[in-house]
Amino acid sequence: MDVEAMGREAQKYVWEGAIPLQIHLHESEVTTLPHPSPALVLAPRMGYLPLLLPLLKPHFSSTLPPGVDTIWFEYKGLALKWHIPTGVLFDLLCAEQERPWNLTVHFRGYPGNILTPCEGEDSVKWSFINSLKEAAYIVNGNCKNVMNMSQSDQMELWHSVLNGNMEAYQRVSSKLKLEKVGDQYVGKPNSNLLKSRTNTGETDTGGPVKTGRIPVRLYVWSVSKDFDDLEDAPQIDSWDQISYMNRPVEIHREEDKCFTLRDAVKALLPELFVEKTLIDEEISRIELEEESRAPSDDESNTRNEEDVEEKQRENVECCCPSDDAETKLKLVRIQGIEPKLEIPFSWVVNNLMNPEHFLHICVFVKVPQAKPLPHDR
Amino acid sequence: MAGKFLSPLGLELGTSHKSSPPLYHLSQASRASIVHVARWPWIYHLGMEPSHQVTSALLLMLSLRKWKRINPVLPPWSWVPRPKSPWLTSHEVEGYLSLENMCILRSCEEDHDEKSHKGNEEPNCPGKDEYIDNATLVQSYSHDVRYFDFHIVHSASYRVPVLYFRTFSSDGQPLLLEDVEKELPGNSTNVLMESKWTFITQEEHPYLNRPWYKLHPCGTSEWMKLLFLTDPSLGGSQGVPVELYLSSWISMVGQAVGLKVPLEMFNKRTE
Repeated sequence: MDVEAMGREAQKYVWEGAIPLQIHLHESEVTTLPHPSPALVLAPRMGYLPLLLPLLKPHFSSTLPPGVDTIWFEYKGLALKWHIPTGVLFDLLCAEQERPWNLTVHFRGYPGNILTPCEGEDSVKWSFINSLKEAAYIVNGNCKNVMNMSQSDQMELWHSVLNGNMEAYQRVSSKLKLEKVGDQYVGKPNSNLLKSRTNTGETDTGGPVKTGRIPVRLYVWSVSKDFDDLEDAPQIDSWDQISYMNRPVEIHREEDKCFTLRDAVKALLPELFVEKTLIDEEISRIELEEESRAPSDDESNTRNEEDVEEKQRENVECCCPSDDAETKLKLVRIQGIEPKLEIPFSWVVNNLMNPEHFLHICVFVKVPQAKPLPHDR
Repeated sequence: MAGKFLSPLGLELGTSHKSSPPLYHLSQASRASIVHVARWPWIYHLGMEPSHQVTSALLLMLSLRKWKRINPVLPPWSWVPRPKSPWLTSHEVEGYLSLENMCILRSCEEDHDEKSHKGNEEPNCPGKDEYIDNATLVQSYSHDVRYFDFHIVHSASYRVPVLYFRTFSSDGQPLLLEDVEKELPGNSTNVLMESKWTFITQEEHPYLNRPWYKLHPCGTSEWMKLLFLTDPSLGGSQGVPVELYLSSWISMVGQAVGLKVPLEMFNKRTE
């Protein structure tokens, strides 16, 4: 299967991806006995939780207290931000992906001091279109293409997202002319598509710069206690424990080098990568040299090679040997998968982005324990 | 748009690029501050792209430092670094300009009088020793006090400053957007509603995980481009000093939220 076809298949998986939810009505809103059973729902990855109202309301309506519905969700006490796609919430908040994902739903008592207001489908649609405009601005330098969409196109686009209809979505979104990121893995970057913009504001003269800035939303969860298994990962009690970075990635093209997913994460979180990798590579190189000089039998040779390979694999994952004083990248998760960091970033963006043209990346990091983090007080 | 170009903030920017420079259409106060700044050496040309964008939050921070050095009597804006783990640094300086607990007396008249009334203001904000701009304390008989928190955050996506704000009544109750809109100068409200480029919405603060009101940035760089390109003395296509950009931006933005005076970065006394 060629790369293009693999990409299309990936897109299909992503569009058809869904999170099995087991949704419990909050205790305070149960007015009948016996308690209603939880609702079992398959929520589309690319969708948003408030859009589940039509499915949930009939299930719980008989037991709800009188009043106006303002639906909101929580996971283990954490109020869920409705404008984040369902799949991203799941990837971020469930280190060990729990299936079904147990959520609590509320129809009353909207926490307006914590969550921005949500008045049903219209609010979600507005947020979606707004993000799409932002993505268009990042890629094209203006949001004219989105602002000039006809009403019927806009409706068709939104409905394709509502219904998880990839073909319909691609049909309408192609009119927006949001160019795909240029192919990087051939080794000969398409210089027309990928002029880079540095922070000092230098741009190539002449011609509009189309791509070079990629819309990315990064969610970084940092913990001070290391964990080996994801099921041992600590609980997220507050959104303050997550660093949200809504910042475009600028593709810096280098001759004969592919801009990988690692390069993208490194551009956003340079602290996690730079020196450690160089040090580890240096150590591995020295060890390799020492091994080749020392006389040894075949068995010990193999063992040593494996050790070195192991170290190099660690380099590839940018992990240092276990050490409380180090910052360690534990996990990079996109659309529920942990892609190899060597994958060309353009492939990741073109095939794993959300319909509003943002690539959402969840990163789990273990940070030094020495100094207390603000939320540890 | 044929005829007069009415920016979404109710500022007339002139009939065409070649006609009279926009300086004459800006408010008295803004014009004074822009002229004042134009005489400074152009130090901060970092990252000023021809399309008049501000490429980083660092420039906001540097501008504030400069303003404070030159003008010690200012509303107490401060730079607040982004709250986050110190090990997750990035190339970018992250943070925002903050002006909080600004006390605005709500008067019975629609337009706030800009003349300063020396000697008869009664700072009616309990427990606040922050700077209170004289020009806003006009009506000493007014009975409603509003508090505003303003944050200026740099948008990496749009590469412009974005205004976030919240407002409270004197008993600490947050105000609804409808109430806020009632406070705006009449012209501003109508234009805000008609414009599809600028409006106030309630969105999540980029760093603080709470809902704040936001002045939508989509049209900002277009207005700023228009503003600077029409007057070559302001730098035009070569780029402008960022303090000039920001003072102009704050003048415009301040008008949208009906508070151009407290947001002025310059003391209005003439030198």
